[in-house]
Amino acid sequence: MDTDQLIRSLAADNAHRAPRVGAMLTMALLVAAPLSILIFATFLGVRHDVMSAMHNPFFDMKFAVTLSLAIPAIIVSLHLSRPEALLRGWGWLLLLPVGLLAVAIGSEAMMAPAMPMTMRLMGKNSRVCLFAIPAMSLPLLAGALFGLRHGAPSHPALAGALAGLVSAGLAATLYASHCTDDSPLFVATWYTLATALVTAIGALVGARVLRY
Amino acid sequence: MRGREDEWTGLMRSAMAGDDAAYHRLLRAVTPVLRAAARRGLARAGQPPDQAEDIVQEILLAVHLKRHTWDSEAPFAPWLFAIGRNKLIDMLRRRGRRIFVNIDDFAETLPGEVPQETASAGEVASQLNTLPQRQRDVLQSIAVDSTSIKDTAAKYSMSEGAVRVALHRGLAALTAKLRDQ
Repeated sequence: MDTDQLIRSLAADNAHRAPRVGAMLTMALLVAAPLSILIFATFLGVRHDVMSAMHNPFFDMKFAVTLSLAIPAIIVSLHLSRPEALLRGWGWLLLLPVGLLAVAIGSEAMMAPAMPMTMRLMGKNSRVCLFAIPAMSLPLLAGALFGLRHGAPSHPALAGALAGLVSAGLAATLYASHCTDDSPLFVATWYTLATALVTAIGALVGARVLRY
Repeated sequence: MRGREDEWTGLMRSAMAGDDAAYHRLLRAVTPVLRAAARRGLARAGQPPDQAEDIVQEILLAVHLKRHTWDSEAPFAPWLFAIGRNKLIDMLRRRGRRIFVNIDDFAETLPGEVPQETASAGEVASQLNTLPQRQRDVLQSIAVDSTSIKDTAAKYSMSEGAVRVALHRGLAALTAKLRDQ
């Protein structure tokens, strides 16, 4: 087939309209979310003292941190789904949760500590955390990758890593309502490790499935 | 250069608004530029220029299937050349070439006059034969025999809607086969 002929067939298909990447990503995440919530409801559940925990600013801070990861990661992943897009100028959005955590760790350090530092850091749930966040992330990661496949990222591994951050941020938001470890030191250590794992999976899979 | 690119942006806006003729004109206008850039990119990587047309056709397919990622407020050329750059790199990787050339300036310093010509390429043509019968018939009819969607529908006793679906699926399947080969 010569190029003029190919062009003729493309022009004939101009009426076909594809949805925007944002719409596809939203839909895919909404389809995946019930699976993650099912894992949460089956194996974890909301912690029993949630009503009193809500008066603890460090409990609330966990949600601020996880959502400040998930929401900017969605924004940046949509930006990167355009072929000419660069991370430059947008990457700082991904530092928001890091900044929030640093502030939280600083404020905790200025208070009279209820527990020694190592106990706050190690907590009681580090293993559950390391397992539960990736497990709840997987359906969301599959959804995010499916949605982003609709885009045209120039760097598929990077876009896949962003899908990992989106799903880990959302899964960690669920997990935060279960976990009784509220110290920012615990969050900075174990949530970060779990997120790094999911991000690495996202990058590996994304490098294959996000090519267009 | 500027004028040419502004014209492309205008044509693409019309195309996205449903003007098929503007879309056809745009694709024909960008093709010689893509062809020259592909040839130059291959030459720089020490590759023979005979794969240039394969790259051009892959770029055109990607432009078509990913045009919803173009922001109609943004200029068209940077978006187009980013796709071109990606497809050139993909092709070189498939050929096992290490990318040591600077491909950041895809289509940046092109000569003003580029020859208008059309050429065939082997890859799309050979993948075409692996498509399901109906998609292949429809693509053949519209692309090669230059038959309209309406007449193609009559020829194969299909509805126009079914022809449109087969055409789009055929183009998407071709692109997927080229990517995963």
